[in-house]
Amino acid sequence: MEAAEPGNLAGVRHIILVLSGKGGVGKSTISTELALALRHAGKKVGILDVDLCGPSIPRMLGAQGRAVHQCDRGWAPVFLDREQSISLMSVGFLLEKPDEAVVWRGPKKNALIKQFVSDVAWGELDYLVVDTPPGTSDEHMATIEALRPYQPLGALVVTTPQAVSVGDVRRELTFCRKTGLRVMGIVENMSGFTCPHCTVSPGGCRGGEAAPGRWGPWAVLGSPPSPRSAPASSPGAAERSWPSSPGCPS
Amino acid sequence: MEEVPHDCPGADSAQAGRGASCQGCPNQRLCASGAGAAPDPAIEEIKEKMKTVKHKILVLSGKGGVGKSTFSAHLAHGLAEDENTQIALLDIDICGPSIPKIMGLEGEQYVEDNLGVMSVGFLLSSPDDAVIWRGPKKNGMIKQFLRDVDWGEVDYLIVDTPPGTSDEHLSVVQYLAAAHIDGAVIITTPQEVSLQDVRKEINFCRKVKLPIIGVVENMSGFICPKCKKESQIFPPTTGGAELMCQDLEVPLLGRVPLDPLIGKNCDKGQSFFIDAPDSPATLAYRSIIQRIQEFCNLHQSKEENLISS
Repeated sequence: MEAAEPGNLAGVRHIILVLSGKGGVGKSTISTELALALRHAGKKVGILDVDLCGPSIPRMLGAQGRAVHQCDRGWAPVFLDREQSISLMSVGFLLEKPDEAVVWRGPKKNALIKQFVSDVAWGELDYLVVDTPPGTSDEHMATIEALRPYQPLGALVVTTPQAVSVGDVRRELTFCRKTGLRVMGIVENMSGFTCPHCTVSPGGCRGGEAAPGRWGPWAVLGSPPSPRSAPASSPGAAERSWPSSPGCPS
Repeated sequence: MEEVPHDCPGADSAQAGRGASCQGCPNQRLCASGAGAAPDPAIEEIKEKMKTVKHKILVLSGKGGVGKSTFSAHLAHGLAEDENTQIALLDIDICGPSIPKIMGLEGEQYVEDNLGVMSVGFLLSSPDDAVIWRGPKKNGMIKQFLRDVDWGEVDYLIVDTPPGTSDEHLSVVQYLAAAHIDGAVIITTPQEVSLQDVRKEINFCRKVKLPIIGVVENMSGFICPKCKKESQIFPPTTGGAELMCQDLEVPLLGRVPLDPLIGKNCDKGQSFFIDAPDSPATLAYRSIIQRIQEFCNLHQSKEENLISS
């Protein structure tokens, strides 16, 4: 494998992609939770949002409307805190209006993703979490091609319990195999729900740390929950646990 | 035109045939001559094919996982309950084709005598097969679906789409441009993370002059099967679809609550209406389907008036 040229990703220790063939399973939510949990563990984290049509990460981190500035090495990512321990890049920051649709065909999307990888001055990061749109198409191929020289750690593949999700995720696993991307693990999200009125789990698995009225945590339970309060669009985030994955170096 | 360079600027772009990435492409001379900018002959061919299709409805959402395929399937089931109505359901989600699963089809294409389905899912030999295609190849598949499938006499063609505002959406609108689309039904869930993507989808529809039949708010409240009480899993903290529709002046067709039986029936490939005919979700669906029919019929009679006047 060709060695990475010194570039804007040279200071990034580990790259993790969050994928799913299926939409709406919680990729962005989990990317956000993962980044916050890693930050809580004392790591410097970046989030790269390559969902160009539906960029959700800025909203989930309360960063809507922030501007992207140029620096000597390219674009400066948006820092969420004074300590600069968590940074973010998304097409959401480049839109003139938040409701503006990004109506691009594949080649234009590929070009922007390449720029996001090569022209964002990430600096020194322990982890770069890459949130992707659903599918196995242009954005995914462009992202993997652009990141390949930097040897991503692997992919987390997100699903929900239903058959339609699992069906798409099987295809995503094939995609990972074909593109040589290691699958670190599968996360089953929305694994159950506890009705707040009767506090009886209506047929779903409850999960150890689900608060009443919240979605259950992922199928694998683990380390401390994120200390950050849940964004309004992400109910139960504060109660969720991040699984300690053996493949995830500390 | 199967293999295109990775940085292909697009056959209809100003850079077609002239960009650096065009060097070596077998179609470079064709693009540079401006042939790519000429209208695709398939558009006229599709217009001819679509003459036997009375109404065409696109089911869209900027957001993934809000229930487009579930809605498309149940719109098809609902309309097909009238044996005299011919329904066709076309799934253009090339990477994540859910319709075969939801309709309970393995390879056969007819659910009922009057309900036919087409999806790339039928062309895959294994459930693990991934469709790893770039935009141009996906567009080609969509063109084939519209031009080369013998749709026959159809009352309603329902087109289920993937999330987003990209190749598939541009292509289906472009290819059906001459054939006239009745309109789009846009699906959302109540939370802002969905609404922000759906506003983009509404703007996309306006940009490409696609009429909007209305918005459906899915997963709008959860009814516990044990205590029957409602709770909000996806709270409408910014006013839900209702406020968005007021702001953007689009009709809200209805709200469908989250009934666990919907998911279970989709997994089994059955119509949820049969399993739970009295569920509030079924009643909501039926009301929405009726409004869609009214829109299409109104549109049809307006066109007939125009022709006869």
